[in-house]
Amino acid sequence: MDIRTAVPTIYGDEWTRFGETWKSQVQQLRERFHGQIEDVRMPQEQPTDVPIVYVKKSAVIEVLGYLKAEPGFDYDFLADITATDEEVDPRFEVVYNLYSTVKKCRIRIKVRVAENEDVPTAVGVWAGANWAEREVYDMFGVKFAGHPDLRRILMDYRWVGHPLRKDYPLRGYQIFPTTAPIDTDLLK
Amino acid sequence: MEKLNNAEYGLPESEHYSIEKDPDDLWQDSRVIVNIGPTHPAMHGALRLCARLNGETIEKSYAEFGYTHRAKEKLGENRTYHNFVVYTDRLNYCSALINNVTYAMAVERLMGVEVPPRAVWIRMICAELARVTDHLVCVGINALDLGAFSYMLYGFHQREEAYTLIEKLCGARLTTSYTRIGGLMADAPSGWEREVKEWVQRTRKAIDEMDKLLTNNKIWCQRTIGVGVFNKEQCMQYSFSGPNARAAGIDLDLRRDQPCMFYNQVEFDVPVAKNGDVYDRYLVRVAEIRQSLNIIAQCCDKIQKGPIWSEDKRVRIPDKDVVFNTMEGMIHHFKFFMTGFDVPEGEAYTSFEASNGELAFYIVSKGAPRAHRMRIRGPSVWHFQAIPTMVEGLKIADMVAALGSINIIAGELDR
Repeated sequence: MDIRTAVPTIYGDEWTRFGETWKSQVQQLRERFHGQIEDVRMPQEQPTDVPIVYVKKSAVIEVLGYLKAEPGFDYDFLADITATDEEVDPRFEVVYNLYSTVKKCRIRIKVRVAENEDVPTAVGVWAGANWAEREVYDMFGVKFAGHPDLRRILMDYRWVGHPLRKDYPLRGYQIFPTTAPIDTDLLK
Repeated sequence: MEKLNNAEYGLPESEHYSIEKDPDDLWQDSRVIVNIGPTHPAMHGALRLCARLNGETIEKSYAEFGYTHRAKEKLGENRTYHNFVVYTDRLNYCSALINNVTYAMAVERLMGVEVPPRAVWIRMICAELARVTDHLVCVGINALDLGAFSYMLYGFHQREEAYTLIEKLCGARLTTSYTRIGGLMADAPSGWEREVKEWVQRTRKAIDEMDKLLTNNKIWCQRTIGVGVFNKEQCMQYSFSGPNARAAGIDLDLRRDQPCMFYNQVEFDVPVAKNGDVYDRYLVRVAEIRQSLNIIAQCCDKIQKGPIWSEDKRVRIPDKDVVFNTMEGMIHHFKFFMTGFDVPEGEAYTSFEASNGELAFYIVSKGAPRAHRMRIRGPSVWHFQAIPTMVEGLKIADMVAALGSINIIAGELDR
């Protein structure tokens, strides 16, 4: 069985529920942001569960804000921000998983980022994007321009390297004898 | 260092009571910076909160975590899909079965594997059992933090009994590793459904007793009503999900909105409160325990005998009889556990309503037996992020109430 064929599994057949909605939404996005949308991958045609919209880096915040507020879209719930290391050029893909609490469907926005490039931050659209972007920075080294507090989050502040990059070794040690001191600047 | 006047602070003039001005100037007009955690008993797990206090009021704070980071996402890229099942237990260890079920669903969805009905019913019972135990821990510990010790013991008694049921199912109490991709580790023992139904009856009584103990208790109400308020708009900004979002009036439940397994064949209500304070979160969780018990009872009625393994040969673990008696079976066994099975190229974001909110596995596969990217979206991260905002202006004792009510699990937070 191939993922490309619609599998009517017991876990729900999303395409029959949301296929038409997705088609019209992607069409509307293409008209509104023509030139800014690099690529669209639809379920059924490509191996994915929900539509993936590749957006140019400069337009991503505009697209996210549009998807959040525009009637007919209502992707008001930021489910997740993460990234993948594709090992090609551009190296990283920043992934935004969105969920609509009104329509109950999902969509995925992706931005291709080269190494040492910045992505604009989504903190202005969702305040909760703060820690997710910090985690992407910590794990992949992708920087977010305009982020209010871009520090490491899971690893120690003295850590060297970005663990989820594909060239990062699986084994090794970095041992710090002391804990992080209280940062009084953050408490002002 | 500058000497301060002792008399100004009501202390006698003596060298034993000399006060020196703090070089970091942290003691300006009764403000003090304290560090709570990462090993403080009131912090649920290894969490750290640094706060600037004015008297006992938190003026500003910031939260840190990562002390139990075990690199699960990196391990997910370097272990086969079958190997990774055991790592999912250690995410939310209060409801390990939900993590197992969600992970199995995520990989099965990528592969297009269907699971026979009996396995699905057992998975549903497992998920709801885990939800009940998680909520019992949450409300019990939250009350314990505020001084209601006996209340916690009522809940923990039922939780221990639930763990006994889980032990009968898979031999472990906490780290269950019960699901397999395409099936289950083992079938439920005979008579297990009946025992579960008896447990449901007993737990319903226990919940009623717990309700009488605490819900209208004056001290509990005074400590919780209007404390740690997080309203609807803030919850949407911070991507709250699960009981914490429903306590603020967001009608959001993935079991109903995004039906998976057989949730469309059972009847249950989604309790929603409106104030978003500690008390409402408690009410929502108690109401959810009742709903989960209803679901378990319905599942126990509908479950029937049958196979628990998918017919798909890719994911089916070879039977021991074949492994020990035939050469081909032995080779299959070794290939299965050493090399693993290939998952077709593709990506999927599979989410399920875990006890704290939306738990999701975003798996990107490149056609190999190991994932290209294994992202785990735990609800606790998004809830813990809101803590500095939530506790601003609260007393430090109320911070403990707020933190306990959103049920942060460090295993899921740090991953």
